[in-house]
Amino acid sequence: MKKYIDQGKNDTRSGYGAGMTELGRTNPNVVVLCADLIGSLKINQFIEENPDRFFQIGIAEANMMGIAAGLTIGGKIPFTGTFANFSTGRVYDQIRQSIAYSDKNVKICASHAGLTLGEDGATHQILEDIGLMKMLPGMTVINPCDYNQTKAATIAIAEHEGPVYLRFGRPKVANFTPADQKFEIGKALMLNEGTDVTIVATGHLVWEALIAAENLENQGVSAEVINIHTIKPLDEEAVLKSVKKTGCIVTAEEHNHLGGLGESIARVLATKHPTPQEFVATNDTFGESGTPAQLMEKYGLNNKAIEQAVLNVIKRT
Amino acid sequence: MPTLQQLEDLTRQTRRDIIRMVHKVNSGHPGGSLGCTEFLVSLYNEVMDLKDGFDMDGVGEDLFFLSNGHISPVFYSVLARRGYFPIEELNTFRLINSRLQGHPTTHEGLPGVRIASGSLGQGMSVAIGAALAKKLNNDSHLVYSLHGDGELQEGQNWEAIMYAAGNKVDNLIATIDLNGQQIDGATDDVLPMGDLRAKFEAFGWEVMDIEEGNDLESVIKGMKEAKSRTGKGKPICVLLRTIMGNGVDFMMHTHAWHGKAPNDEQLAIGLEQNAETLGDY
Repeated sequence: MKKYIDQGKNDTRSGYGAGMTELGRTNPNVVVLCADLIGSLKINQFIEENPDRFFQIGIAEANMMGIAAGLTIGGKIPFTGTFANFSTGRVYDQIRQSIAYSDKNVKICASHAGLTLGEDGATHQILEDIGLMKMLPGMTVINPCDYNQTKAATIAIAEHEGPVYLRFGRPKVANFTPADQKFEIGKALMLNEGTDVTIVATGHLVWEALIAAENLENQGVSAEVINIHTIKPLDEEAVLKSVKKTGCIVTAEEHNHLGGLGESIARVLATKHPTPQEFVATNDTFGESGTPAQLMEKYGLNNKAIEQAVLNVIKRT
Repeated sequence: MPTLQQLEDLTRQTRRDIIRMVHKVNSGHPGGSLGCTEFLVSLYNEVMDLKDGFDMDGVGEDLFFLSNGHISPVFYSVLARRGYFPIEELNTFRLINSRLQGHPTTHEGLPGVRIASGSLGQGMSVAIGAALAKKLNNDSHLVYSLHGDGELQEGQNWEAIMYAAGNKVDNLIATIDLNGQQIDGATDDVLPMGDLRAKFEAFGWEVMDIEEGNDLESVIKGMKEAKSRTGKGKPICVLLRTIMGNGVDFMMHTHAWHGKAPNDEQLAIGLEQNAETLGDY
């Protein structure tokens, strides 16, 4: 089994900030918008180096989405930044009409997604954003797993023509993706090959899946681990190829089971290769205050939950 | 530059286009379209500096954004007669497989349209973004936008109004179609908006009135004056007083024709009141 080393815990939002700094230096068309959350989005360096290409919109997310759409007319590549809740649910119709339906090249960059936002509680912990965004025609949806991958994804989406939702988070988590790994939109990453079960994870749950696979190996279960950083367009081929070998699958995400990665995969399997599947996701619920670790434990989103889901799904084969 | 007579002919022909378009598919919004005919004819044929042809980025020319997308009939007619797409295509308004959707969209690639609109209150933010892009591109051309008065009930407008003044977006001229009507009745009855001039001024905008928004000369004079006030640190708001349904007597001064098509008999009356000038599509 392949061993992954944590190069030092870091937050994915800092990966976004680092990606923006690099884009600021390399792509003169990139502009950044923010709704009063510069510090949270880690974009201070970009602003310092490119003050003319930064727009502080204030606490007015609807206006931010519209301004971003307008900035594309004239060739700019706008990156909007705020928390995931205010990047999606609050401004759904603005994204739908002014960005997605209007085919605008806007990058919607969303921090503090999911339960791991922690103590602020359910008002800020959106668990529905992947569903909201993936339902929009033409929208690309990306949820990278760690600092390095978030940085690489940030840089990659600037080269992609069309609207993108880039989802990342607040807490410091394991950073195990090679720093020089190129990010390919829509291309799943095989992290560990196995024969008994497929674990497909996205975002913060990828590291948990790797831990689960290690624990399962000690129990004699060979788990294949795939990092699906791009939820839309989904790498269907990678999923199908894996389940044809393993015969069962567990999907893992920091999101509601309604509308998330698991549902996207279930659709593919139901139509192309029916396969027993278990979901590691929140169960149609809001979150609450607590530390990220407590919340992931309580809502069943950690490596133990993945391990249990694997044991359950194997019994169904 | 066209003569006043030519613009009057174009205005009358545009009115015919509007009522014929909505009549044909028995749907669409003639009231606000007729009210803004003089404005859009003036803008596209006399006021704006436009390049030949169409490209999305519009660098080196003035841009226009229609926020109140339901008045698509007048927008489509003016664009077609300005040469953005074949006039005959007006025949396809609201039909299946048409580029002329019920509300304007970029999705079908119709030249002249740069943003989808229809869900109200979003156009001012987009216009601000385009105006900021012009500044970044060192493009001294202007951005124009049109908004319904009822549309200002949408909160996003006030975020945009605050932003534009606070950030000195002074290459933007936002016009409000002040016809005093919305779907459920007079704006003063549905949700009174108070003194709009005072509100825009309080937010830091330069505000102008065009009292005769259905008089070509007044509109042209007013919009040229608005243009002369750009570049001085403030966004410009033009309060354009119009009559909903203007030019078709039974449609005037009422919200009844906001989103209703004339029947055969009513169409005939409307056409009689607006003689053909440049040839029907």
